[in-house]
Amino acid sequence: MQTDATIITAKELTKTFGDFTAVDAISFEVGKGEIFGFLGANGAGKTTAMRMLCGLILPTSGKATVAGFDVFRQSESIKQNIGYMSQKFSLYEDLTVKENMRLFGGIYGMSTKAIREKTTLILDELNLQKEQNTLVRSLPLGWKQKLAFSVAIFHNPPIVFLDEPTGGVDPVTRREFWEMIYRSAHNGTTIFVTTHYMDEAEYCNRVCIMVDGKIEALDTPSALRQQFSTDSMEGVFLQLARKATRSGD
Amino acid sequence: MLQQFLAFVKKEMLHILRDTRTLFILFGMPIAQITLFGFALSNEVKNSGVAILDPARDDDSRALIDRIDASKYFDVVSYLHTPQEIDRAFKSGKVKMALIFPQRFSNDLHHTNKATVQMIADASDPNVATTITQYASVIINDYQKELSPAQIPYRIKSEVRMLYNPQLKSAFNFVPGVMAMVLLLVCTMMTSISIVREKENGTMEVLLASPLPPILVIIAKAVPYLLLSMVNVATILLLSVYVLELPIAGSLALLVGESILFTITALSLGLLISTITNSQQIAMMISLVGMFLPTLMLSGFMFPIENMPIPLQVMSNIVPAKWFYLIVKDVMIKGLGISAIWKETLILVGMTLFLLTIALKKFKIRLS
Repeated sequence: MQTDATIITAKELTKTFGDFTAVDAISFEVGKGEIFGFLGANGAGKTTAMRMLCGLILPTSGKATVAGFDVFRQSESIKQNIGYMSQKFSLYEDLTVKENMRLFGGIYGMSTKAIREKTTLILDELNLQKEQNTLVRSLPLGWKQKLAFSVAIFHNPPIVFLDEPTGGVDPVTRREFWEMIYRSAHNGTTIFVTTHYMDEAEYCNRVCIMVDGKIEALDTPSALRQQFSTDSMEGVFLQLARKATRSGD
Repeated sequence: MLQQFLAFVKKEMLHILRDTRTLFILFGMPIAQITLFGFALSNEVKNSGVAILDPARDDDSRALIDRIDASKYFDVVSYLHTPQEIDRAFKSGKVKMALIFPQRFSNDLHHTNKATVQMIADASDPNVATTITQYASVIINDYQKELSPAQIPYRIKSEVRMLYNPQLKSAFNFVPGVMAMVLLLVCTMMTSISIVREKENGTMEVLLASPLPPILVIIAKAVPYLLLSMVNVATILLLSVYVLELPIAGSLALLVGESILFTITALSLGLLISTITNSQQIAMMISLVGMFLPTLMLSGFMFPIENMPIPLQVMSNIVPAKWFYLIVKDVMIKGLGISAIWKETLILVGMTLFLLTIALKKFKIRLS
């Protein structure tokens, strides 16, 4: 789905916390409709990098634009154009499936009619019609994650940021989850996803591997495999990650 | 903007309504506290046991004893025969006060115009002892006045009137205190917990990544608790007027207005607490230990501030509940208007603005 138009650019983007450099001058570009994977061990700086792009953290230095807006000065405009799914579960457990959708639709300023239509659409897609008035708390984890993704793209944002969306989910559900990601990428949504599952890296159009806050490799999965002469992303990752001096967070 | 806001307020309402246990506590607490303070924890001392040593047994002593017994404050439980029995009567635990008449009580009274009644009170609880000797003195004085209406010239009659609370009802003190406590608990604790919960669950991150302005998140969180507090204020006032029979002397509108002001003070405190911690438990501890205890101790509602050591008196000034307590007492019981409480009101407004400014400054619109 990769097109020429770039939708995210980062140039020498850096974030330091005190004398700790979490993200060290990373530069990359993401094309419109691309599935862009951010790989790295725990503490490599993936989440920090993503949060800077979402306007959740102010970068220390460098430059970055998301959907054409500057992360330093226009974070409010960025927020209008993105969906975000955090590492922790991002829905309200004590609200029902429908209420969660209505809430996030409302927060993103959708009309009541649009919210209603989209709700029906998603309930159909997820096969959750029967559970629409169930509290999210009582859904199985796999469903929750799929629902959280649907809610993150509820307002049809041009870009969606997913921070380790499949943590703790079984392989079958992960597979289904990625099918959903593919579907929305097919519809033109740009997907920016962090993960530490190597099989998921294979699903991405391009992968960026972070080690100790720096980008060590950035290419399509097949090109990376060739470059490191190994037959899996796992092999690529292990070769790079061995250099890491930082341990998990 | 409005739609975003309403969607968020609705969500907050649902959070509160779904949590039935907390809801039950929130609505049950004012009722329980008013009932407790109004009925169980009373400052009034009723039905104190009295022992009588009356060797005179004349008309006047009997008439006085009858009056003491008839009063709701006293029950004559034993008649003693010798002074040695007094000690035993107190040790039995049934007697709080002993009344000792002289041999020739009536005679002294009518011929020398001077008779003495000795009151011995059990001062192991000094407040009770003071209170009951006062009750007894009033009864004796009344009797004396009836005996000699304006007979003796140049006698200074002291007439005590208990202003604003003629029946010396303790509810007069408790209702304003309970109001301060409940509002503080609902607003400070619940608001801080509800904001910190979003941080703990990770939903705050999602909200911050959304176009919802953070200030709207804060206001939307405050609105349901403001409404809830007004329900609580209404409950407390209804209970105090209809159950405790404590009328609202002043303007109801003023009282409600001041309550809203104090609610906003409490909400700002809650907001401030939520900015300094990321854990619900800590938020609760700070609210309870840091806010609730000082309110209980230093607002003047449990212990009179005038009797405290100077450092504590100074400290009490920074407790918002102290000012609210003064305001409610003035409006509700004394029936005073804004001209009497503008200073306290201004202090509360100042505190609110101060707390709100720090809280909003500290409230992170970004992560870390």
